[in-house]
Amino acid sequence: MENVDALAAMVPDGAMLALPPEYSFVPMTLVRALIRRRVKDLNILTVPINGLAADMLIGAGCVASVECAAVSLGEAGLAPRFSAAVEAGTVKIKDSTCPAIHTALQATEKGVPFMPLGGLIGSDILNNRDDWKVVDDPLGQGHGRIVLIPAIQPDVAIIHSPLADRDGNVWIGRRRELATIAHAAKTLLVTVEAFQDESLLANEASAAATLPGFYVSAVAEAKMGAKPLGLVEHYAADTDEIAAYARAARSEAGFDAYVQRTVFGAQAAAE
Amino acid sequence: MTYSRDEFLITAIARLLEGDDVRHVAVGAASPIPGAAALLVRNLKGGSPRVALIHGKATNPFTDGGREIFDAAGQGRIDVFFLGGVQIDGEANLNLVGTGTYPNVDKRFPGSFGSAYMYFTVPKVILFRPEHTRRVFVPKVDFISAPGVSDPDVERRGGPKYLVTELCIMAFDSARRRFRLESVSPGRTLEEVLDNTGFEFDIPDVVPETPTPEEDRLSLLRSSVGLEVADTYPAFARDVLGVAA
Repeated sequence: MENVDALAAMVPDGAMLALPPEYSFVPMTLVRALIRRRVKDLNILTVPINGLAADMLIGAGCVASVECAAVSLGEAGLAPRFSAAVEAGTVKIKDSTCPAIHTALQATEKGVPFMPLGGLIGSDILNNRDDWKVVDDPLGQGHGRIVLIPAIQPDVAIIHSPLADRDGNVWIGRRRELATIAHAAKTLLVTVEAFQDESLLANEASAAATLPGFYVSAVAEAKMGAKPLGLVEHYAADTDEIAAYARAARSEAGFDAYVQRTVFGAQAAAE
Repeated sequence: MTYSRDEFLITAIARLLEGDDVRHVAVGAASPIPGAAALLVRNLKGGSPRVALIHGKATNPFTDGGREIFDAAGQGRIDVFFLGGVQIDGEANLNLVGTGTYPNVDKRFPGSFGSAYMYFTVPKVILFRPEHTRRVFVPKVDFISAPGVSDPDVERRGGPKYLVTELCIMAFDSARRRFRLESVSPGRTLEEVLDNTGFEFDIPDVVPETPTPEEDRLSLLRSSVGLEVADTYPAFARDVLGVAA
């Protein structure tokens, strides 16, 4: 078993880093450790959307580019550091759409170089993606034009789960997008609330909700490791804290003060 | 019975969900008004249509990850979905990305989410944008997240059917690539709609008024349906419907 800072050290500068969506096991303690380690030039892939984690990494100067279907703080509003960075051009933006990101990861799962996806034609998303290609139905079955999406293989993916066992099997419940992310990424780093001695593969009910350890590169314990986001059936999102972040991060100075307090300060030392 | 703007919008959307073509309604994140409308109709019709609130717990039926809603839509298993936009134009193009020149727009919004796919695959997309201003309803969007219409050589079974705002309801005619005014909200006028819409649209000779909320439906919203809403949207159920989870 590693600790969280050791996991953060396993994310190299310049890596393509896949982040799960806000409701799905976002490892915020590990994100704060990444900011403390001053990781640089990350190419973030949101699967397919993200909020607080991406916004904090962008605000802290850790990010070179973002490929996303959306970055949003949900009920708390726009992701302020993301919006500011895109407006200023200080991060490169690759706009996508949710199923295109899922499809690109599924291509990697299957070990094929690309996969087709319907829709998209006529969208300016497509018009700004020179890595995507429109072809006439190559099998001649009369389906018209269709878009080919190249496979995406993230260098590193990070998640926070309620539970792992001693063999590195990780419980993901019905959050199957985490399986897709794990299957596609070269390295998967996992933080967990707790470990259990009994194998998660020992009975069918928990095995069906488990990501097998051969996809998992390292696991570390992080109590309350999704906070201030929620972890289903464990704790609810701290909506006051997320709203406080949204207010603070409207300005660079406000963001810096927030990060000083929650990432570098006494609050962080308690992690 | 007095009612709030949000209750009015819930009942207005609910009337668009009553047909037998609506078997499965999916509602995206942070959409309590469409979600409440779908739950209201399900209650009124005794369990049909199915309602999928993607950020609910028991109200979220998906068990195969984030891709499942899109795969289900791609197969035609979802009949109704809701989309909005920072900007919407007269050809029903949607912009969820930002205003100004892409990519370093003047004002950046979250992004296109699944719109560039759901708009093509879901037969009845209802555009829902309470704010009815020329800031939103523009002659031409600055960025097309999802196009309102497509060329014939692009497979498309879905698209925009209605636009619901606090001022009015419009229907969209894909063949004519135009909206048509269906009804105007009580106390509002055609002139207000014209003044606040930046694109041209068809106007019937007689413009009906959108019905006020039915009293029995308001009662349901403030009781049993409100409780179902509270399962996914507790703050909304408390503040708008007066129902505590």
